[in-house]
Amino acid sequence: MATNSPTNSSIRKLNKRWGEFMIKSWLVVCSALSLITTAAIVILLVVESFSFFQNVSPSEFFFGTRWVPILEPSSFGVLPLLWGTLQVTIGAALIAIPLGLASAIYLSEYASDRMRSWVKPALELLAGIPTVVYGYFALTFITPLLRNIFPEIQVFNALSAAIVVGIMILPTIATLSDNALRAVPESLRQAAYAVGATSYEVTTRVVVPAGLSGVMASFLLAISRAIGETMAVTLAAGQTPNLTLSMFESIQTMTSYIVQISLGDTPAGGVAYQTLFAVAALLFFITLIINIISQLILERFREVYD
Amino acid sequence: MAFSSEREKLNLRKRHARARGFAFLCALVTWSSVLILGILLFQVCIDGFGWLDWEFINSFPSRFPDRAGIKSALVGTMWLISLVAAISIPVGVSTALYLEEFAAKGRLSKLIEVNIANLAGVPSIVYGILGLAVFVRYFALGRSLISGALTMSLLILPIIIIASREAIRTVPMSIRYAALSLGATRWQTTWAHVLPASFPGIMTGVILSLSRAIGETAPIIMIGALTFVAFLPAGPMDSFTVLSIQIYNWVARPQPEFHDLAAAGIIVLLAVLLLMNATAIYIRSKTERRLK
Amino acid sequence: MSMTESRTTANQGKNAVPAVLDIRDVSVLYSGKAAVKNVSCKILKNRITAIIGPSGCGKSTLLRSLNRMNDFVDGVTIEGEILFTDQNLYSSDVDPVEVRRRIGMVFQKPNPFPKSIYNNISWGPGINGYNGSMDELVERSLTQAALWEEVKDRLHESALNLSGGQQQRLCIARALAMEPQVLLMDEPCSALDPISTAHIEDLMFELKSRYTIVIVTHNMQQAARISDFTAFMEMGNLIEFGETDQIFTRPNIKRTEEYVTGRFG
Repeated sequence: MATNSPTNSSIRKLNKRWGEFMIKSWLVVCSALSLITTAAIVILLVVESFSFFQNVSPSEFFFGTRWVPILEPSSFGVLPLLWGTLQVTIGAALIAIPLGLASAIYLSEYASDRMRSWVKPALELLAGIPTVVYGYFALTFITPLLRNIFPEIQVFNALSAAIVVGIMILPTIATLSDNALRAVPESLRQAAYAVGATSYEVTTRVVVPAGLSGVMASFLLAISRAIGETMAVTLAAGQTPNLTLSMFESIQTMTSYIVQISLGDTPAGGVAYQTLFAVAALLFFITLIINIISQLILERFREVYD
Repeated sequence: MAFSSEREKLNLRKRHARARGFAFLCALVTWSSVLILGILLFQVCIDGFGWLDWEFINSFPSRFPDRAGIKSALVGTMWLISLVAAISIPVGVSTALYLEEFAAKGRLSKLIEVNIANLAGVPSIVYGILGLAVFVRYFALGRSLISGALTMSLLILPIIIIASREAIRTVPMSIRYAALSLGATRWQTTWAHVLPASFPGIMTGVILSLSRAIGETAPIIMIGALTFVAFLPAGPMDSFTVLSIQIYNWVARPQPEFHDLAAAGIIVLLAVLLLMNATAIYIRSKTERRLK
Repeated sequence: MSMTESRTTANQGKNAVPAVLDIRDVSVLYSGKAAVKNVSCKILKNRITAIIGPSGCGKSTLLRSLNRMNDFVDGVTIEGEILFTDQNLYSSDVDPVEVRRRIGMVFQKPNPFPKSIYNNISWGPGINGYNGSMDELVERSLTQAALWEEVKDRLHESALNLSGGQQQRLCIARALAMEPQVLLMDEPCSALDPISTAHIEDLMFELKSRYTIVIVTHNMQQAARISDFTAFMEMGNLIEFGETDQIFTRPNIKRTEEYVTGRFG
């Protein structure tokens, strides 16, 4: 029978729960790993960049217009790499932002649920394709196409890279903006329709402004991805540090420079090897700042609708 | 009259036309994006199918296109992904469990949370540099599978953690309270109730992260996977190559034959990814049915 | 609060029944804001004690502090002592897990595990090292909860297929399987239909001989029907505590009278 044995009534801690303690310690260690990773990245990049700047003056690095790290006479002006990255990023953004936003609007405002259930996974599939495949696509499809239109374009060129990166980041913008637009309360739309607005007016004057912070965050996230994008750009844009306004010429981005150096057998310790960390540090901090801004925007967005 | 009916009608017709045009434009753009996906797949298949046969799968890379294959890359990818899974799943899920089930909602857990969100946005090539400096050189693991797996694990950990946390959060609090009120410890509650209930969601997140790891190229190039490997790795300390590197290597060559080889490699890569995603969907549907 | 305290002890004086829980000057604060203020009373063995009061009066909070379920709420602090077999539940050498083993709880909404009926019952005893016959324990618990006849042929089906009332009885059976000294019930019938409610009230009468029950309810008729003692709370304060008859027929405090006669709340 169910009796409560009084001998069993102590609620004192008899023995420490060792198993529980060990498991909890393991979980804490795992969680600490993420902090250690960040710390390791920051320390590594800062320390190695510091020794780089012992050899090269910061003013040469940040304002120099020639990037000749390996050959003599060497020159370490990062502007050509930074500009190359910007060219590809701006080009990609010009393609992906309007098209991505239009797709998001279609998905959230116009598409039927059935249509959505087909199109959205297709876009996510597009986002899941490895970047090296996009590099292949740029070289074997986009560049030949461009060469038919502009015969003067080089085999490796910024335009092809910008287009392919634009295609790559488009799904990011489309799916994230779609989420943001769908979070706009239905009552807002109905209020606008009730005063006689057309669907175009409701979308552009009510829905998009209401979801704007989420939409902006998706743009920033996509731009940060474009800046960090490596393989497609390396394959499509070539390896020529080049401070040019032309999209038809071969350029080099920060990421493709890093790939180039690590593919060649640059010995550890030299200035050329240190450039790796200086360029990576620049890349890391640029993307970090953009990501933080986008998170701040999203945070505000959450406060509005939760 | 504030609304002149004639002008209003004309105006309204214009507004309707604009609305229809806009809707059409948005639809057109979306379908073009899907079309691009179609073109991409079509292009790859056209170029690659001719080269895709058992010999391609079962041969080592070669200077001669018609003798080259992806055996070492395919085996290397399998090795890498198994190691990455073995490292990243326990660590990632543990972190998610700690943050959701154990950590007090204070400043430290907020810091870890923000930190993980930022790590998810770090360019993959930066992880490559970290792996090169820490695993390859500092821990002297060399340009080995284990270096690659550790690097790749760091890269996908934030994604696994974020996805797992979302899955864990869907488990209702009432289940936890029920278990705790029976005199279960936190871990007993987590192990017996929270984990099983969030398992399908966690698995989906894990498999999506692993597919990302399969497709990543840049970090593996950084830690120095070889591009020409005519042997199979026998253990975690061996050097290796993976599918994405092999594809990059072929695409980067000027000869069109190698481009076609790359296309064939891409078909294999996409097939592996498709297989993994299908597994995710299968696991999900199966466990969901069991829970119901 | 000293008035309440003296009245409480006066009531208790008539009974020779020992107290299982002795709540002494307990306050519960959520991030500094008091949800329960300086409450003192005794929960007697093998009696049903009902806590009533308008919503938000702190009755559930008080109940949850009796088996340390408030530990899981961030930013909660508890002042005062709750003696359970002469040990303070909140003393630093007490293991809250051991507390919850001995003081079981049934929640507002039925919350069976998404497992089989059998596993719902057996899991708690299992993790706590029960070494008797599990089949017998499951049958005994389900019988005590008046559910055995309805489910004995489908013990291995999912508990989620049961009706709401059956699920709640399963949750009671699950708590009983731990053979607790006290059973806390947090508005156990609020999500149930009248027939299921009647079932559970009958059940509580039967359980009284073996268990000490504390029930929070917003339903005054329910408190009047089933309980031996009633505590009336308002805005975190224990306004009046006494035998149920007395509280409902001859309350000493005006506020209590207004509430039990339905003039507010």
